[in-house]
Amino acid sequence: MVRVENAGTRLGPPPAIEARRLVKWYGSQPALRGIDLVVAPGEVLALFGPNGAGKTTLLRILAGRARPTSGAVQIAGHSLDRDSDGVRRAIGVLAHGHQLYEALTARENLLFAAAMLGLDRPREHVSEVLARVGLEAAAEARVRTFSSGMKRRLALAKVMLREPKVILLDEPYASLDLQATKLLEEFILAKKIGGAATILATHNLTMGFGVADRLAILRQGRLVFEGRREETSVEAFRSLFALHGELGAVE
Amino acid sequence: MIGRGAERVLGLLAAFGLLTGLYIGFVYAPPDAVQGEVQRIMYLHVPLILVSYLAFFVVFVMSILYLMRRQERHDAIAHSSAEIGVLFTALAIAAGSIWGRPTWGTWWTWDARLTTTTILLLIFIGYLMLRTLVDDPSRGATFSAVLGIFGFLDIPIIHMSVVWWRTLHQPPSVLRPGPSTVAPDMQVALYTNLAAFVVLYGYFLVKRLRLEEARSELNRLRMEGVG
Amino acid sequence: MIFVGHVMAIARKDLLAEWRNRESFTAMFYFAFLVLFLFNFALGADQALIRGASSGLLWLAFTFTSVLGLGRSVQGELENDCLEGLLLYPTQREAIYLGKLLGNFSVILVVELVILPLFAILYNMDLWSQIPKLLLIAVPGTLGFAAAGTLLSSMTAGLRAREAMLPFLLFPLTIPLILSAVKGTEVVLRGEPFELAMPWVKLIAAFDVVFLVTSLLTFEYLVEE
Repeated sequence: MVRVENAGTRLGPPPAIEARRLVKWYGSQPALRGIDLVVAPGEVLALFGPNGAGKTTLLRILAGRARPTSGAVQIAGHSLDRDSDGVRRAIGVLAHGHQLYEALTARENLLFAAAMLGLDRPREHVSEVLARVGLEAAAEARVRTFSSGMKRRLALAKVMLREPKVILLDEPYASLDLQATKLLEEFILAKKIGGAATILATHNLTMGFGVADRLAILRQGRLVFEGRREETSVEAFRSLFALHGELGAVE
Repeated sequence: MIGRGAERVLGLLAAFGLLTGLYIGFVYAPPDAVQGEVQRIMYLHVPLILVSYLAFFVVFVMSILYLMRRQERHDAIAHSSAEIGVLFTALAIAAGSIWGRPTWGTWWTWDARLTTTTILLLIFIGYLMLRTLVDDPSRGATFSAVLGIFGFLDIPIIHMSVVWWRTLHQPPSVLRPGPSTVAPDMQVALYTNLAAFVVLYGYFLVKRLRLEEARSELNRLRMEGVG
Repeated sequence: MIFVGHVMAIARKDLLAEWRNRESFTAMFYFAFLVLFLFNFALGADQALIRGASSGLLWLAFTFTSVLGLGRSVQGELENDCLEGLLLYPTQREAIYLGKLLGNFSVILVVELVILPLFAILYNMDLWSQIPKLLLIAVPGTLGFAAAGTLLSSMTAGLRAREAMLPFLLFPLTIPLILSAVKGTEVVLRGEPFELAMPWVKLIAAFDVVFLVTSLLTFEYLVEE
């Protein structure tokens, strides 16, 4: 098990994401075998690993959606088991399912999200994020009629509404068209500058490399590699990845 | 939890109690003035029902404890108790049915107690089925705990509704299932069997829990070996 | 209150989604109609028999239809991981339960209100004057069924045998409720004084309170992992 270095110094800002000795068992199946992870504000960590390595499990635990078998998690200073509301207010998640209601229009989906988030001036915020992802024209159309790229953009808009301090992305590049991919990258970089911490779990080496400050490989529930991006070349990383894990659809 | 020695004692006690109860119920106690020999089945039917209520009460308490403390032990006891409860309930219904045939001429009657007991059986069979269908054990335990709580809380409501259903528009039945006189010999038979079945429940529970313990020990070893 | 706001937002969202394609509502309405229609054949032409069984038939139609609706409602949340999305908001879990309950209850009640006149026509009964009394039974009865059903459907939604498991778990638990509703409706349909139905109404109320309170206390355990 590799210890991930503490990116901030002792005098630096407190970590935005902190996981200590995270273990998760599903019955008698181990999913995570002791993860220590720290991500500082303004950092992007790209997390690679083959299917079944535990990336989704890890992200679900960090999002407060799964309870670890043991270990502690702090998100933006909120302890997961004591202040789950605080955690939920601080995070934005893009996951496999886009979590959109297909029978409703884009605007209605976002207005619902705004109501649940307790935003004031919801209509303004909704119009603003619709513009940012380029969906103003389709705002009154039902999500059922959207292409998958449009759905992903709408899901991104939902995340934007939250203005999260911590962003968890699980395979966000899957089924994204060019426009959506560009939007996502801009979003990640903008949030980075704004001080948010991001974990990006992906198969896509090229994309991951593009935005990441740090890289890590998860295999069979363990972190088997961690390093700063500028110290690692793509080729070296690729061979490291092949060594440690079965290559999936890696580009 | 309980040592093997104590377990053996419990087993012997249960066997002894059952034999005694059966003797007292089927040989020693006098036959019922109205119903005749067949009434003796009540010495099985009534204790079986009462002990299954006990079993489901244990399920209820353990379910609440599990939701609060999340200790596997509570879930194991709830599960084991539910299994025994279902078994005893089914036996109670069978006994009631056997009693009903010569008494009322039918294998089944919609009398209040039998109906309530059958509903209870359905609820807790559902409880056991739910467990087998959920893959993740801790999720299964949580779902079962919630169902166990609902099931038990429902019992008084079911009881009242069924009793009112049978009595509000029906004349009271002359032949009621249950101890019909205050003959002391019969009371002795009833209480002996009741005690015997409680001990039997305890014995089954301990045995069943031992099985659960072995299973979780196996899991623990697996976790250590791998992690 | 934020809590109430969340409940209303969820219920409104469900009803809006349902209104958009009305799939659930149409399926439920048609199913209830079929049940009532088919019973006529099952019971033969014996008018006395049919009248005697009419309250039972009505509630059989209501409950089977409700199970259909409950199943579909939770399916809608499972699609695209919408339930996951709901749980990621800073909302009390109880608000999610109550919101879903309110949505389910409303849809079922609307179906029942549409079915009642149909029932009156098919079985040649004069219901018009009895509507308020019928509602006095139907509303709390439906609420209890929806409360238990909403909770149980969140358990059975992810299971392999989900279509079978929901009725299998729901019906035994709600027998006292259904029984009380049937008996109470019987009193009204026979034109008997409403006091005779009061014990049944009280039982329905007891069921509702027990199940609502217990659901509110246990729902969060069901949806967290």
